[in-house]
Formats: sequence, C-alpha cells, structure tokens
Amino acid sequence: MRVLHHPILGDETRKIDATIIVDGRKIPAIEGEPIAATLLSAGIKKFRETQKNHKPRGIFCAIGRCTDCVMTVDGIPNVRTCVTPVKDGMIISTQKGLGEWGGKK
Amino acid sequence: MKTTDIAVIGAGPAGLSCAVEAAKSGARVTVLDENLKPGGQLFKQIHKFFGSREHRAGIRGFRIGQQLLEATERLDVQVLLDAAVYGIYEDRLIAYITDGRDHTIKAKKIVLATGASENALAFPGCTLPGVMGAGAAQTMINVNRVLPGKKIIMVGSGNVGLIVSYQLMQAGADVVALIEAAPKIGGYGVHAGKIRRAGVPIYTSTTIKEVLGEEKVEGVITASLDEKWQHIEDTEKRFEADTVCLAVGLSPLTELAWMAGCEFTFIPPLGGHVPIHDRNMESTLTGVYIAGDITGVEEASSAMEEGRLAGVACAESLGYYNEKQALALKNEIWDRLDALRTGPFGEGRFTAKLKQLEARRQLA
Repeated sequence: MRVLHHPILGDETRKIDATIIVDGRKIPAIEGEPIAATLLSAGIKKFRETQKNHKPRGIFCAIGRCTDCVMTVDGIPNVRTCVTPVKDGMIISTQKGLGEWGGKK
Repeated sequence: MKTTDIAVIGAGPAGLSCAVEAAKSGARVTVLDENLKPGGQLFKQIHKFFGSREHRAGIRGFRIGQQLLEATERLDVQVLLDAAVYGIYEDRLIAYITDGRDHTIKAKKIVLATGASENALAFPGCTLPGVMGAGAAQTMINVNRVLPGKKIIMVGSGNVGLIVSYQLMQAGADVVALIEAAPKIGGYGVHAGKIRRAGVPIYTSTTIKEVLGEEKVEGVITASLDEKWQHIEDTEKRFEADTVCLAVGLSPLTELAWMAGCEFTFIPPLGGHVPIHDRNMESTLTGVYIAGDITGVEEASSAMEEGRLAGVACAESLGYYNEKQALALKNEIWDRLDALRTGPFGEGRFTAKLKQLEARRQLA
C-alpha cells in the first residue's frame, strides 16, 4: 500500500509511470524506486524460497546488507531488490534457491 | 590511477560531515558510497533532532541531509556513488566496483565512515516475510512511501523503536503493541509519551515467543519474562499482526577496518567489536581514520561531530591547518561531542567512549 498523504512529507507527487512483470503478473511502479518498494506496494511479501527447505523470505534490512530480498531480475539471479531501481518493463521472478541464470526455474 | 588527499568511505552523516569539514580547509576530498544516492540513513529521519542549537536540534534529519549535500557541492567534494569499496591495500590504495567494473583510488588519508546495520533477533518464525528491521520499515515508509504492513508489532523500546512506531502511525499503519524485554522503557520519555498518547500499549518485561504464519506473518505470541529473562508460564498473549519490526540495536559495519588491519577492542554498549581510535579519530593504522557508527553505535548528531573531528585532523596532518588552527576547531567539536554524551542517556556512551580512548593509550 502506498502512502499518498503524510503529515510531514505532504502528498505524494510522483506518478505511476512504469510497469514491471512479477511472476507473470503486471505491477504498476514508479521508475527509479527500489523493486522491493513496488512489491510491497502491491502487497507482495515473499521474494524468494530457500535452497534446502523452500522456506519463504522477504525484506529484512532494506539497505542492501542482508541479501534476504534477492530475486531473479531480467534473467539475473540474486539481485538485491531493496537497492535495485525499477526500470519500466523489468521481468522479475520469485527466486527458488540459488536461482538460475536466464530466469529458468 | 585516481588520487585524492582524503578518501571518505561512506556518504552518511559522518562521512559527509567529514568531507565538508576537510574540504573547507582546502583539501581535495573524494567520498565513495556503494549506494545510488548519498545521505546514508539521514533521509529517512523525518523527525526533529534532539540536543542544542549547535547540534541542529529542531531540524528534521532529511533537511540536515540536504544541507550537507549542498555543502559538498559548494565545496567541490567529489562524491562517487555506486562505488562499493571492497579492499584497502598497503599505502592507502582503495579498490572499488562501479557498474560492475574495477577501479582504484590512492589517498593520502582514508576515513572509514561505513555506519552500522540492524541486529536480528532469533525466535520461531523470525525468518518469515514481514519480520524486518525497524529501520527497514522506516526506509520503506519515509523514503519509498510504501507501507510494509497494516498491523505492526514493534520489538524494542529504545529511541529507534519509539520513533519508528510513531512514524509508522504517521504513514497510516496501526501499531498494535510495542514490547520490550527489559523491565523499563529504553528511550526518551518524550517519545514513549507520544506513542502512548496515540494509544499504543507498551509491554515491558515481554518478548516474542513465536511468530505465526506459513508464507508471511499472520500473528504474534508474546510472553512475559522474569528477572532472569526467562519465559514465565501462562503469560502468553496473542496479537493479530502482519508485520514485526525489530528495533533491537545495531552493529558497527567494521569489515573494511578489520581488512585494513585496524586493532579492535570489545565494548558491548557500543555494539561489540569497535576499532580503537585516538582523540583525532585516527585508528591504530597511520592515516586511517574512523567516524560515526563504525566507532561505536550512537546517533546521527554524534556521528556528524566525529566526522568533523576526523576531517579537521586529516586536514591538519596534510598541512592544510596549522596546529593552532586545528586545535581550536577540535576543541570546539569535542565540547559539542561531550555535551551530546551527557545526561541519563548519554552518560553510558560517554563512559564507553572513554574506555575506547583508554584502549588506545594502553597501546601507546
């Protein structure tokens, strides 16, 4: 959910100007915001599954340190979504385990 | 190969303050930061800072960030972004990666201002999506303007837990409860009062027993703690929540200091292992200085003062200030730093920092 009105920051002035495709689903986005922010705005919290036990993981640190939020972005696995800016048309998939180059599952 | 007088690693409050102070003396300063935007964690601080006027009290953190960035531009400080420093070699050679390519820069002085990262906490369910750092949630609401969830449980009643709880409410979330393992609230009374008046219950001597959910957080079970920090039976409470924020301290990001060969000392109130430094903020390696949370976790105001101190000291050792000029500037900064480390909340940090300086004297 986006924060459109804020007592200190004022109203949101940026416009939705991009679309990313997450596991085949179109998600409206703001170009340049972190991928993780777009996903949260759409209520998506699970970003990947662990290698051995297939446990879900999402955002933890949001500053590019912990790597819990990595996903496969445009065929490149292990991209830190909390520090990677959105570009229109990005194709993103929930990463399984260590991921695969080329975005295959 | 690129060269510079002073290379500052980290463009947060400490690094930028250091760069500005050093550049004022006429030194050539280059700041490197792995992020795409400078400012570190200042831009998520939308609250007014504490302290006196000299500490810019009453000004919101993100405005301080803007002022620092304007000063770096005015003073011609070079700020290299998307520059992840991965190595510091002999003779102060710095290796970093930008846009996937290797670069090096050689500096006469290096200032490590790498900051800190949030601590995790272990409990059943702690890895579920929806359990995150309080600072992470703060980034999401205040910088990216998205809510991580609607019903939040905050863990930890230090200033981070208290302030971020309030800011989550400002962003439109419901903070269901704030829990604290210690018997009393850790942060300032004024912050605790604000969230209490807003109707958030604060449970002390309470911890998380378990976070429920399969794919994401769906609920939280808390339990009371006795004086030995053990669960008291039959004190469980169940809360409906979709997000758990952990405000349980930070740890200094010391990797580069370890790699460079700085000597460390162990001071738990500062966040654990911290590099030893002297009153010039110089580490045990000649020409390698440290400033901000890497020297021990405090807050942005003291990080900025430490940055300035390192900036003046670097400028002095490069001959941009004479001893007298530098001493006058350093004394002013030390007075402000000491003032930040007073009172019931600052005193513990004052004592801890003395211990750190004492470790330096013992080495000498």
